[in-house]
Amino acid sequence: MNAFGLPEILFLLQGLKWTVLLTIISFIGGGVIGLLIALARVSTSPVIQRLAAAYIALFQGTPLLMQLFIIYYGLALLQINVDAWIAVSFAYTAHASAFLGDIWRGTIQSLPRGQTEAANALSLGYVSRMRDIILPQALKISLPATIGFAVQLTKGTSLAAIVGFIELARAGQIVSNLIFQPLLVFGIVGLIYFAICWPMSIWGTRMERRMSRNHA
Amino acid sequence: MQNTSPLNTASMSVSENETLIELKNINKWFGGFHALKDISLTVNKGERIVLCGPSGSGKSTLIRCINHLEAIKDGTITVAGKEMANDAKSIDSIRREVGMVFQSFNLFPHLKIIDNCSLALRRVKGMQRDEAEVIARKYLDRVHILEQADKYPAQLSGGQQQRVAIARALCMEPKVMLFDEPTSALDPEMVKEVLDTMIGLAQDGMTMICVTHEMGFARKVANRVLFMADGQVLEEAAPDEFFSAPKHERAKAFLGEILAHN
Repeated sequence: MNAFGLPEILFLLQGLKWTVLLTIISFIGGGVIGLLIALARVSTSPVIQRLAAAYIALFQGTPLLMQLFIIYYGLALLQINVDAWIAVSFAYTAHASAFLGDIWRGTIQSLPRGQTEAANALSLGYVSRMRDIILPQALKISLPATIGFAVQLTKGTSLAAIVGFIELARAGQIVSNLIFQPLLVFGIVGLIYFAICWPMSIWGTRMERRMSRNHA
Repeated sequence: MQNTSPLNTASMSVSENETLIELKNINKWFGGFHALKDISLTVNKGERIVLCGPSGSGKSTLIRCINHLEAIKDGTITVAGKEMANDAKSIDSIRREVGMVFQSFNLFPHLKIIDNCSLALRRVKGMQRDEAEVIARKYLDRVHILEQADKYPAQLSGGQQQRVAIARALCMEPKVMLFDEPTSALDPEMVKEVLDTMIGLAQDGMTMICVTHEMGFARKVANRVLFMADGQVLEEAAPDEFFSAPKHERAKAFLGEILAHN
C-alpha cells in the first residue's frame, strides 16, 4: 500500500490543471454565447425572444450530466469524430451560456426603462445603447450572481470525469483507490476546490463594493 | 393656415412662420385604452408650447410620440420637413432633430457628467473625444454646471442633474426640445434653477414643447397653452387668457385644483 506522497500530490495537481482549464474555457465560451442569448432574450423580435427562451429552458431544465452524455456519445453515434476536449467544452459552453444568459437577461430587464428611452432620445443606435449604456450597468449588477455561477461551474467540471476526463475529482478518486485513504485524499481534494472557490467569492464581493463606491 | 376648430388644431399665428412640427390626426392606443384621440398640432419655429392637464390626459404620451418613444396607431408626424415612417432610419433622422428632457432625468449613472453629454456626439455624430468634450463643456457651461463635469450623476442634486440632462440634449443641437414634466421630481428649492435654465433657452429662441404645471413659467415663456384631458386637446389659448379666463369646464376645474395648492 502506497502512502500519500509527492507523486500523488503531483497527480492531483495534474487533475487540477484540467479542472481550471475546463472552467476557463466553459466560462469564456459560456460568456460569449450567454451574452448573445441574453441579447436575444431582450430582443424586440418575438421569434428571437422565444428561441432564446427555449435554449435557456432546454439547458437549464436538463441535467448537465445528460448533456455531457448526449454531446459526447451522441456526436460519436452520428459518426462525428470529435476530440473529448471539444465535446466537453461544447457541453459546458452550452450549459454555462444558458445560465449566464438568463442571469444577464434578468439584470438587463431590471434597469429602469428610462435608460433605454434616454439613449433612444439621443438617437444612439442599438450597438452603442447596449455597449455604452445597458450592458455596463447590467453586468455590474450581475457581478455577484455571475461570480456565484463561476464558482458553481468550477465545481461542476467534476462531472466531466464521467466521459473519461481526469480532472481534479476524478484524479482524487484514482489516488484514493491506489492508497486506500479516501478520507484524507478527498479531504485534500475538497480543500483544493475550496482554495479556488472561496477567494473567487471574496473577489466578487470586493469588486462589487469597489464599483458601487465609484458610482455612488 | 386653417382654422377649423380651436379645440383640436393649433393655428395661432406667430412671428416666424416656418413649420417645425406637424402632427396630423394622431391616434394612440394602449391596449383598449384610447390615449390620444385624433390630435393635430402645428408648432412653428421658435414657438414655446405648454401642455397641461390632469394626469392620464395624454400630454406626456403626445410628446413621446414626437420622437417615437411611443408608436402611434395612425396619423402623421412631420418634424423639420421629415415625415416619420415606421423604419429605424426615418425614426433616427427625426430623433436627431429632437432633444428630450425627462421627469426622472435619466442620466447614465455609470458615466461621468462630461461623458453623459459627449457620448452621443461621439457615437452618433462620429466626433473624436476631445472635439465632443469641447461641445459638452460649452453646454454644461451654459446650464452653469461646468464645474461638475468630472463627477457622476449620483453626486449631484436633483436640480443639477436635470440641468445636466438639458445640456446633454442640447449637445446634439436639436431643432426642438421636449420637456416631460421636468420639475415634477424635484424638491421645491431646486425647481427655480431648472426653470431659469428653460427660460434662458426660450429667450435664445429654442422651439420648446413643455409638459408642465408651472404656471409662472407658462405665463413667462409660452406662446400657447394647450389643455388636454382624456386624450384630446380641449382648449388652446395664450397663457394669460387661459389662466385668467379658461373656457372649458374641465380646464376651469383643473386650474381650480392647481390654484388651490399654490
